[in-house]
Amino acid sequence: MLDCRIPWNALVGRLHRLCTLCWLVVALVIVSTGISKAAETASVRMGFLSYRPPPPPAYEIDPVPEDEGLAGGRVAVRDNNTTGAFTGQQYSLDEAWLDENEDPVAKARTLVEEGIQFLIVNLPASELLSVADALKDRSVILFNVGATDDRLRGADCRANLLHMAPTRAMLTDALAQFLAFRRWQSIFLVTGPQAGDKLYADAMKRSARKLGLTIVAEKPWEFGALARSKADAPTTAEALVFTRDVDYKVLVVADEAGDFGDYLPYRTWNPLVVAGTQGLIATTWHPTLEAWGAAQLHNRFRQSANRPMRPLDYQTWMAVRAIGEVVLRGAKADAVDVRRRLLDPQFQLAAYKGVPVNFRTWDRQLRQPILIAQPKFLVSVAPQEGFLHQRTPLDTLGADQPESECRVQ
Amino acid sequence: MTSNPKFSAIQLICALTMWGLLPCQAQAYTIFVSSEKDNTITVIDSEKLQVTNKIKVGRRPRGILVTHDGKYLLICASDDNRIDVMDTKTLKVVRSLKSGPDPELFVLHPSGNPLYIANENDNQVTVLDIEKNIVVAEVPVGVEPEGMGVSPDGSVMVNTSETTNMAHFIDTKTHKLVDSVLVDSRPRFAEFSSDGRMLWVSAELGGTVSVIDTETRKIVKKIEFKVPGLPKETIQPVGVRLTRDGSRAFVALGPANRVAVVNTDTLEVEKYLLVGQRVWQLAFTPDEKLLITTNGNSNDVSVIDVEGLKVVKSINVGRAPWGVAVGP
Repeated sequence: MLDCRIPWNALVGRLHRLCTLCWLVVALVIVSTGISKAAETASVRMGFLSYRPPPPPAYEIDPVPEDEGLAGGRVAVRDNNTTGAFTGQQYSLDEAWLDENEDPVAKARTLVEEGIQFLIVNLPASELLSVADALKDRSVILFNVGATDDRLRGADCRANLLHMAPTRAMLTDALAQFLAFRRWQSIFLVTGPQAGDKLYADAMKRSARKLGLTIVAEKPWEFGALARSKADAPTTAEALVFTRDVDYKVLVVADEAGDFGDYLPYRTWNPLVVAGTQGLIATTWHPTLEAWGAAQLHNRFRQSANRPMRPLDYQTWMAVRAIGEVVLRGAKADAVDVRRRLLDPQFQLAAYKGVPVNFRTWDRQLRQPILIAQPKFLVSVAPQEGFLHQRTPLDTLGADQPESECRVQ
Repeated sequence: MTSNPKFSAIQLICALTMWGLLPCQAQAYTIFVSSEKDNTITVIDSEKLQVTNKIKVGRRPRGILVTHDGKYLLICASDDNRIDVMDTKTLKVVRSLKSGPDPELFVLHPSGNPLYIANENDNQVTVLDIEKNIVVAEVPVGVEPEGMGVSPDGSVMVNTSETTNMAHFIDTKTHKLVDSVLVDSRPRFAEFSSDGRMLWVSAELGGTVSVIDTETRKIVKKIEFKVPGLPKETIQPVGVRLTRDGSRAFVALGPANRVAVVNTDTLEVEKYLLVGQRVWQLAFTPDEKLLITTNGNSNDVSVIDVEGLKVVKSINVGRAPWGVAVGP
């Protein structure tokens, strides 16, 4: 006879064993996710992507440092970690240097594959856009620390791209405000041969219109890189009389590469001021800014990098600190939450400029005071007193919301 | 008669007092003001409200205080990495103390010793026995420590770090960090209420003062300031002083050129007093009749009548006045 009785005892026992196994698995999963969660909240990994600066020539007065940008990031990582010691967070910055002809997109992808969600990028505009577009579906945000192109905040803006570097328009508005404030209103614009020089000159023209300055003359520079030429190189007679017969107050030079701008002061026909990319410049950071605690950052940087802090170092410092600031205040260490908190109008970063800095929500550009400086002295800080704006005086510098061409939110 | 130049300020105050307008000044004190750009201490007579002396001290003097016995003025000579000790009677610098690098602000234990010093460049607080001139401890804190406060019972010391944006609570016996409270951007100053129950921390760039319950170490309220006609960015709270009876707090608002008067019960601003430019630090006279403010950009100090809540005088001092302390 077939035994049809169900072996309850055995079944219950088996189920029980099964369940014990289940519980074990559940417990294991809980423990392991717990651990990985703790590791996630505790460590914040960032990446720094830049072309390696070419080795300087045999003799160069002020060579581009090998660690330009990164050195500022390193100081900010230490600053974040000093605070992180109290909040249980650990910050790190992976460095990724590109050699000439290396593909930045591939390198950026590798960094993201390794789990980096915050990418600090020092690349020219077109490469920066390629990287941003290649990563647009990934959980990563990019911080532009180098490119000043206005189009990156305008028609070519990207949702995953935040800008710590100022725009050309912010720099020329700052300079034009100073010139307007001093009533040096007629400008002789001298533009170099490179693409960036043209963009700088265009920005200067817009700033002049905006602030009531007049461009009384405009000439292209056609005498080569005289500021870089050796002492025995010939100077053409035309270069010496280049500024003759122009009635102006200030010569504004557009020479982003620094090829000839430093040739101009003291070689103009009339004893007049040279400003722009050389002479009196507009910049985010300068060794002679000491106020608002800036001397402390200069000191920390010099101790760490053994050289003065440059604008690119400062812009990278701000990017790393901005990430640290929102994570410290409770943001999850992921791209979505950090981006949301950075773009919150309540966000504030103390950046040694006397007022807190934060982002313009419409184009994700960091609004910030701009320094006006001569080579060894701080001359002024823009916005100049009296230039007002309904939101904040900082928005008198660069493209404002109504004129913004950025449509990506 | 107020235009009579020979009529001293104190006579004026006393005259006003007779008419019931102001309380009369009972005692003369010595007001000390440090000027960080010309390395001097300006000495002011609190009765005449006139400068009586200017003394050369170490480089970049910032935080100053008078020892509890009234005998010495301690001066953070930031660029010389030391603390100068000035005799308050002879006005001579009699010795220097170890301070650790770049001392900026400090506070004395209620017993009169030790001294707790914020070392701005080194992310630490130095605990110094001022009698023996021995460093007792170095406590690691956040980036750019500045504000220093100590509880009235002396059990807890607080440091604020400007770039870490925290108030660090430190046990004065063990010199161990007990807790850190996150406040707004760039905290510059910490002041306990006289009953020790509340800690007031100013945030210069955040534009707020956080009032922290010292028991729970939770923020009870963030006081915000609004001055009609001034952009929000120019309101930058730094120095904070509370009256001994706990009724009022005074907050220096930096480039807003005002001192806010705060009711400590409601934690609401009652009044804004217009003072000199970029007002940072504050000090009461011991009788709390006057409050002195250092105005870094107009190179003067303003004198506030505490009872009447009026600015009664401004006095020119050295360049970039920073700290202020009042001795007997």
